[in-house]
Amino acid sequence: MEERRINVVVNGEPKTVDVEPRILLAHFLREVLGLTGTHIGCDTTNCGVCTVLVDGLPMKSCTMFAVMTDGHEVTTVEGLGMPSELHPIQEGFREEHGLQCGFCTPGMMMASKALLDENPNPTEEDIRWGLAGNLCRCTGYQNIVKSVLWAAEKLRSEAGAFSR
Amino acid sequence: MAQALDEIKIGGLGSSRKRVEDDRFLRGKGNYTDDFKLPGMVHLEILRSPLAHARIKSIDTSKAWQIPGVHMVLTGDMAAQHNLAWMPTLSYDTQPVLATDKVRFQGQEIACVVADDPYIAKDGCEAIVVEYEPLPVIVNPYQAIAEGAPIIRDDKEGQTDNICYRWEVGDREGTERAFAQADLVSKLELHYPRSHPSPIECCGSIADYNSATTKLTVYMTTQAPHIIRAAVAIVAELPEHMIRIISPDIGGGFGNKVPVYPGYVCSILCSILLARPVKWIEDKTGNLISTHYARDIYYKGELALRKDGKILGVRFHCDSDNGSSFSDAQPTKFKIGLIHSAFAAYDIPFGYMTAQGHYTNKAPGGVAYRCSFRVTEAMFFQERAIQAAAYDLGMDQAAFRRLNLVKDHQFPLRTPYGFLLDSGQYEKCLDVALNAIGYDEFLREKEQARSQGRRLGIGLSTMTEPLGAGNSREYDILGIKMFDSAELRVHPSGKAILKIGSKTQGQGHETTFAQIVTHELGIPAADILVQHGDTDNTPFGMGTYASRSTPTAGAATAMVSRKIRAKARKLAAHLLEVSEEDVEWELGRFYVRGAPNNGVTIQECSMAAYGNMPDGMEPGLENNAYYDPPNFTWPFAAYIVTVEVDPDTGVWDVLRMVAVDDCGVRINPMIVEGQIMGGMTEAYAMANMQFITYDAEGNCVGSNYMDYLLPTAWETPGFELHEVVTPSPHHPIGAKGVGECAAVGGPAAFVNAVMDAIDDTGVRNIDMPLLPDRVWEAMKYRRDISGAPPVKTD
Amino acid sequence: MYPSRFHYEAPNTLDEAFDVLQAYGDEAKILAGGQSLIPLIKLRFAAPAAIVDINNIPGLDYHEEDSDGSLRIGALCRHRTLERSPLLRSKFPVMTATAPLIADPMVRNRGTLVGSICHADPQGDWASVMLALGGEIIARNAEGRERSIPVSQFVVGPFQNTLEDGEIAVGARVPAARGTRSGTYLKLERRVGDFATVGVAINLESSGGTINRAGIALTGVGGNNIQCSAAEQALAGKSLNASTIEQAARLAAEAAQPKSDVRGTAEFKRHVVFTFVTRGLSNTQSQAA
Repeated sequence: MEERRINVVVNGEPKTVDVEPRILLAHFLREVLGLTGTHIGCDTTNCGVCTVLVDGLPMKSCTMFAVMTDGHEVTTVEGLGMPSELHPIQEGFREEHGLQCGFCTPGMMMASKALLDENPNPTEEDIRWGLAGNLCRCTGYQNIVKSVLWAAEKLRSEAGAFSR
Repeated sequence: MAQALDEIKIGGLGSSRKRVEDDRFLRGKGNYTDDFKLPGMVHLEILRSPLAHARIKSIDTSKAWQIPGVHMVLTGDMAAQHNLAWMPTLSYDTQPVLATDKVRFQGQEIACVVADDPYIAKDGCEAIVVEYEPLPVIVNPYQAIAEGAPIIRDDKEGQTDNICYRWEVGDREGTERAFAQADLVSKLELHYPRSHPSPIECCGSIADYNSATTKLTVYMTTQAPHIIRAAVAIVAELPEHMIRIISPDIGGGFGNKVPVYPGYVCSILCSILLARPVKWIEDKTGNLISTHYARDIYYKGELALRKDGKILGVRFHCDSDNGSSFSDAQPTKFKIGLIHSAFAAYDIPFGYMTAQGHYTNKAPGGVAYRCSFRVTEAMFFQERAIQAAAYDLGMDQAAFRRLNLVKDHQFPLRTPYGFLLDSGQYEKCLDVALNAIGYDEFLREKEQARSQGRRLGIGLSTMTEPLGAGNSREYDILGIKMFDSAELRVHPSGKAILKIGSKTQGQGHETTFAQIVTHELGIPAADILVQHGDTDNTPFGMGTYASRSTPTAGAATAMVSRKIRAKARKLAAHLLEVSEEDVEWELGRFYVRGAPNNGVTIQECSMAAYGNMPDGMEPGLENNAYYDPPNFTWPFAAYIVTVEVDPDTGVWDVLRMVAVDDCGVRINPMIVEGQIMGGMTEAYAMANMQFITYDAEGNCVGSNYMDYLLPTAWETPGFELHEVVTPSPHHPIGAKGVGECAAVGGPAAFVNAVMDAIDDTGVRNIDMPLLPDRVWEAMKYRRDISGAPPVKTD
Repeated sequence: MYPSRFHYEAPNTLDEAFDVLQAYGDEAKILAGGQSLIPLIKLRFAAPAAIVDINNIPGLDYHEEDSDGSLRIGALCRHRTLERSPLLRSKFPVMTATAPLIADPMVRNRGTLVGSICHADPQGDWASVMLALGGEIIARNAEGRERSIPVSQFVVGPFQNTLEDGEIAVGARVPAARGTRSGTYLKLERRVGDFATVGVAINLESSGGTINRAGIALTGVGGNNIQCSAAEQALAGKSLNASTIEQAARLAAEAAQPKSDVRGTAEFKRHVVFTFVTRGLSNTQSQAA
């Protein structure tokens, strides 16, 4: 069985792992690294619950082979906040009831992270468009939109405080 | 004087307290079935039939066995040796676990492979060679009863046709008399298409049979762990006390995770045979094509009307497409669920209905998808028929509803089909909704737009539904009566654990059920841990579906809290050295009548239960309660949608969506609103894009998320929510079910809005989903559009 | 969602990539963005013996305007880049209109235009756009020979292209405009991110209100993306007005070869082509104004 050695930084931690080329990144994160916060929801690259950041951009980890991350950085939901402190996006989702069953939430938050990195002051429309690759079956999205707006405001005020 | 507790602040009734579930989900630390990894665990994948109807000539598994890492290749014949090739359904029929004789729908389970990892198991499935002899395929009820149709269930002795049940209810003669007196009879025919609950998380299980202790532990995606335990005991012939079902975090259920599926059974059998844990995680296609669908009912109905708009009677017939097994998850007595709740919101003296079920070469099912046993179809038929009747009378649709809705003073009211409505303020809800949307103004806007060639429309839906089955006299599933339970343990320090038999799939039970205890006992919600989903550690319950948790387990929680309070009162009397009759209660505290400063807190009583109880009193502060509801709770809602239809493409956009829900007392308003918005989104989905259909060969169209469309944030409309509160007169805290109301009542509002936008075309019906091509074709040819399978091709 | 086994190489140069291609012949697949290929492999609809991941090859992630006004796009240029490109926004409006309608944001972060055209899905949007622009695919072989293949001759059937054995599509090229470009892409989808029920790409190159060159191509209404030559010719040398728009829309609708399916009847799809060409041309008229 063919395996390849890859060097990948996951949530800031360098990893060197031998991996079979056919293993999808989503399975690698979950089964090999035990990072089960990244979920798997469909087989057809539609649902987005497996969304992680690769070099800072959100990608569907079910539609990459783990070997393709050799030499790259991957951030999963486990790398979003600190153990002691939630990231403002996580806080926003809690404050605005942006999650119910929680299954889409990690992917939704990772997509939101990238969205806010690029556009710190999004409109409701920007958010709805930016999250169009992440399906949620529970919330009806309205509270997700509010959650991201909440986080945007908090991140802006933190940035403002820092620059002062 | 002691400061009274602020119930909202301590997280009691009416508090929008943040959810306790969220912390783990937000950190990626949820525990979903697929997240568990047991020592020695192996992985199971299922081989499914590509054909919808075929005789199996042979199955050759030899190549699969040769693949390194494969531990087991299980076929129907092997399962039959353990009497597990077939299993009972929830409607007293049978369903194959692994096919032995024929396949009867595309996606049916043929064999499974257990291997070191799922990749190898999939390699194994690919290596199995199955020889089929194709048979003619049936994809709708009319083909099923056509002359010469092949008998799908030739495995059943005495089955000579494709009919699986016939059912009727109501007063046939009285209804006939009502129709004889009618000035006008309004008729409507339509199809509520097949849909799938499709939680984002698919089904899965990890069966862990310990051959030393003979205990079977199953981690699985189930909304009803206690029912599953009973079912596993029956199916696998294992003693019930040696079965433990653990339902961990669930990534959405919506009814899909109520039944027993072949994959669960296969993982259990393979774990027993291999004596090691076996994990089965379904893929999305497997979920969509084989696990239970919902709806797929053909409705033919008519309303007897008086000139002035009064409805004199209603009668309708339903043909259900049940797929290859009659396996609806519904109360035993009711062969087509609670579909006879149709028209319950209206004061109609006479009603009669008939129904017939059909076997077809489609996946079995008939689960209550965000629905209390087919009430979604009932309310859709009702609200579409009401709109059609208003048009036929030339009456304004709001005025027609107002005239016929049940009035406040009529409760409790027996419906012509035998239900007892408990309470409501229907007209008030309608008024709030009409006011919020600006009804009259919109009608003027619509007229004006029409003169400029634009098509605006407004759709109403005023619905009620029976939520919270039992009572146990009438409602059971497989003979197990429908009630629910709660067990409360208050520890010496006044912190508590509540154990319930229902099971959240996102509804936030760990948050809201604590709030009920807080309301009853004044223990801060943060001091109460809610446990559920483990049959070894929670009292028996029927599970969470059909919006029944708050009406049943929620009521049980209030009742057990009251039992605890009654004992605490005795402890308080002892501590205060007065007789029990002289002890008064306020939230969280007992005090001596007439001396409010002289009191003890519930926490002090708790400590006394373990350290300072009166002589002769049994120590401890624990109890349980089983609650058998006297009636359903009957929420009411008025939903109004406005749309604009593009005449050149048939595309329609939602302009506004107003929801007025009366679900009685709201335990946690934030969570209630979340439920309403979620339900409304599914309503929009069904009206706009989401359905499963079949081609003439029985291929499932909608077998993955490229074809089975769930709306995204982009197209999902914004929601404007309003509330009216009519407490349920029989529920201990006045609450009613709410989880599914919007999904039940919502679809008709969207469809009615589109129909209203084309009300000058004479088109009476377009079947859901109202895809652009259907709307365009209806407008162009001024004809009704039915979406019954097979799909149209050239 | 468990792919079959395959051999994997991620070469650092094109020469190394050609070596692997040579070794595996048509059993090897080039992987760029992977957003069409990996979904097929996941479902085992495709099971290549070898995958040649070209993401490590430098110099392929570009899109730039040549001095002659033509546009060159590298094989690793992602939809995301095109979506945000100021160059495209100012000079290639049909591309700016299309990029955000490809799948969803995550797929656009990874997927590539060149890969999408090589995949030759009849419901793919970019091939229509390239047909409307008169674009070409640049193919290179192990000997370093480069050839340009007009997209009209490159995409020849559902999931069929005319790359020869051992060739890699290293880029795409859009010729310089004959005048000022205007254009748009209109897509009827059942839901955002869906494949097109109907897609219409419009590219007009005009000077002083006269159309020098018109490009109209259709997605989702045939076994391939369809170039509407008759409609294009009807517009050439003319200016846009109600009658030329109507004529072009009619000719485009006649060029469509739709089939009835779950997305709609053939008649409906043809009507949407008519509607979208009408709307698209009217939009470009106002763009130009």
